[in-house]
Amino acid sequence: MSADVRLETVWIRFGDFVAARDVSLHIQDGEFFTILGPSGCGKTTLLRAVSGFLTPSEGRVLIGGEDMAGIGPNRRPTALIFQNLALFPLMTIWENITFSLEVKGVGIKERRKRAAELLELIALKGHGDKMVSELSGGQKQRVAIARALCAQPQVLLLDEPLSALDLKLRQHMRTELRAIQQQVGITFIYITHDQGEALTMSDNVAVMREGIVEQVSDGTTIYDEPDTSFVASFVGENNRFVGKVARISAGIAEVNTEDGVLRARCSTNPQSAVSKGDDVFVFVRPESVRFLDGAPTDNQFKAKVYHEEFEGNLWQVFLDLASSQKRVKMSYVNDGSITPHSADTEVAIGFSERAAIALPRGPLAAE
Amino acid sequence: MIPDRVQKLLIIGFVALFFVYLFGPLLVMGLSAFNTSNFPRMSPWDCFTVEWFDVLMNDARLITGVRNSVIIGLGVVVLAVPIGLAGALMLMQVGPRVRPWYYTITIAPILVPGVVLGISTLLFWDRIGLMLGATEDSIFYDGMFLTIIGQATFISAYAMLIFIARLQRFDVALEEAALDLGATHVQAFRKILLPYLRPAIGSAAVLAFLASFENYNTTIFTIISSSTLTTVLASKVRYGIDPSISALAVSIVFLTLVGAVIYEIVKRREARKVKAQMAVARGEATETRKQRSFFSEPAFIMFVLIVIAGMGTIYFAGTIGVEECKTVVKAERQAEIQKRIAERQQQQASERAVDVQSDPPKDEDQTDRADKVTAKGTEGYQGVFAPANLQGDSESEPDEPAVGTEGYQNVFAPANLTGDATENSAADEPAIGTEGYQNVFSPENLTEQVQPDASGN
Repeated sequence: MSADVRLETVWIRFGDFVAARDVSLHIQDGEFFTILGPSGCGKTTLLRAVSGFLTPSEGRVLIGGEDMAGIGPNRRPTALIFQNLALFPLMTIWENITFSLEVKGVGIKERRKRAAELLELIALKGHGDKMVSELSGGQKQRVAIARALCAQPQVLLLDEPLSALDLKLRQHMRTELRAIQQQVGITFIYITHDQGEALTMSDNVAVMREGIVEQVSDGTTIYDEPDTSFVASFVGENNRFVGKVARISAGIAEVNTEDGVLRARCSTNPQSAVSKGDDVFVFVRPESVRFLDGAPTDNQFKAKVYHEEFEGNLWQVFLDLASSQKRVKMSYVNDGSITPHSADTEVAIGFSERAAIALPRGPLAAE
Repeated sequence: MIPDRVQKLLIIGFVALFFVYLFGPLLVMGLSAFNTSNFPRMSPWDCFTVEWFDVLMNDARLITGVRNSVIIGLGVVVLAVPIGLAGALMLMQVGPRVRPWYYTITIAPILVPGVVLGISTLLFWDRIGLMLGATEDSIFYDGMFLTIIGQATFISAYAMLIFIARLQRFDVALEEAALDLGATHVQAFRKILLPYLRPAIGSAAVLAFLASFENYNTTIFTIISSSTLTTVLASKVRYGIDPSISALAVSIVFLTLVGAVIYEIVKRREARKVKAQMAVARGEATETRKQRSFFSEPAFIMFVLIVIAGMGTIYFAGTIGVEECKTVVKAERQAEIQKRIAERQQQQASERAVDVQSDPPKDEDQTDRADKVTAKGTEGYQGVFAPANLQGDSESEPDEPAVGTEGYQNVFAPANLTGDATENSAADEPAIGTEGYQNVFSPENLTEQVQPDASGN
């Protein structure tokens, strides 16, 4: 069984500090929903409001259509997986997993049976009698999930559970988490500052900045169609140009910048629309910038190679534009078609108007 | 620069001195518990005995004191540990602005002198008793009750400090996780926090018991007419002690050692267990082997055997042949005293012989005179027979009178003596001779005259 979660105009204040500002979200039943944001943006606070550890200063939290006001964490249909997992160190694995049954007074036989089932689900069969300290990082991770699932929550809340794992394990656990979610079919609310995690696992992502939800969308939209300059600068990498809109025609803005007139598409979201005379940022992804081999494109520059970095599958190239000395980053797939450039090589680069987006000027993510 | 070897020696010397300073008193006290001497001392060594343990077990006041101390200690544990725990939990709950104030107030009883706590406890409960019209035999005038209450006031603060130290390392997320999984606050406390605090509860209980057991300055006021070990000991020290006190101390040290060894064995078992678990986590071992029970632990068995063997040896050595040894020592001492008396008598006689010239002997009764001499002699020798000097009556003995006596011995060699004593008619010449010797052994010449003599011996 699963339930939807609805936050209605939630404000959370700690004295003068505002951790959540007028947050309204609707998380669908059975969805893998991620809240993405830099540390200190209020995402954990929001999660704690859902799990019941803190009460919103204003607004309502509804789970399965039911107002959660005045209902403590132990009586909410949620289970939280903590950042440090918070496995009980003095209990064995199976006791950890079935703790939620123990406090309900379920007998040991029934608990043992349930533990065995869950251990099978997380592929830790036969490890039930070990102590927590006898497990490796990834195993502990899975035990924490099993413990939360054992409580049969309608909503599973995950507070950066993968942040303590090393890269390989993290990538493996992403797939595993997604698989478990699809298997049990309950609503997952996942908190992270890692955009990779957010984009790979989620049905929908909410990007937060200083207590404000900037955009809620699926992963590709977040990446390709950012609503705000913050989302554009926080999710993935972007080259940024500052300018003023000179003209708009057919959804393409002509923007006057230090590097001449740039052509970029406008956001389809009316809230992020720009009009003539607006101060804007033009964002373009490094992978959208290309070397020009004679073929003209919408925006072209002369540039000098500053430095090249090899990342195996990719080459990252840093260039200084001839017109403004602006540092631009581009990346291209290492398919053997392009030979590396030495520093100070003069090159021509460019990108199409469809690859660039003009957004109203606003706050940016910290570099 | 001091050479390395000298430096090393200095360090070893320092460490040795330090250990002597630490353990010297314990050692002396420990040995004195096994000496038959009536005063707790290590030297002179009389006979090895365990009779003082017997005396200790039959000392009703001391036993009552120990019993009371144990009861009070347990009472303090029961009272102070929960109060300390509650205080520590409260400290974790209060806001950051109140916290320093709260901490200072709860910790204050440790800073207040125990004497003040004792007096105030006594006065406070007296008032309460008066208000309630309680009689003298009510709980408000019961020494045990007041002592438990009085000691718990500051011992609970000790307990609180221990709990605070442990709680500061507690991961609050564990409690939240329990709540999140559906536990009530009581369940979260009982199943998560309490097990976590178990080692701290153990330490707090032990500390509270020990602090109570050894407390004197609060207890002396609150105990009223009862007594605890410390008050009995204090009064014993005031009114004369025997080695049974050393025996008590040895028993306490022994129990402490036993406790320490068992604690160490348990700790090492735990360490091994953790190590084994880590090995499993790293994938080096597949499963932790079940540890054998504590009582079949080789270290424990070894320890028990050593204790039994040691106690058995001491028991037999301290009971078999003690009476014989005592008789021998007594006889030796008698002989020693007899010898001294004899010497003294001789000295007296010779002095009398000198006196005779001016003052002829009036005494007719020989025995009467001997008695008098003995009495006088003992009086004179009192210093010599002082316990400390008794045994080492040898050349090395720096005691002047003793050496002096030795010196006289040659002078009053039998040959000379008889002549002196019997020949009354020829009294002139020997008398002059004695007179001459007397100058030689006059106090100011005595020492230097004796030196070559002593070395000649």
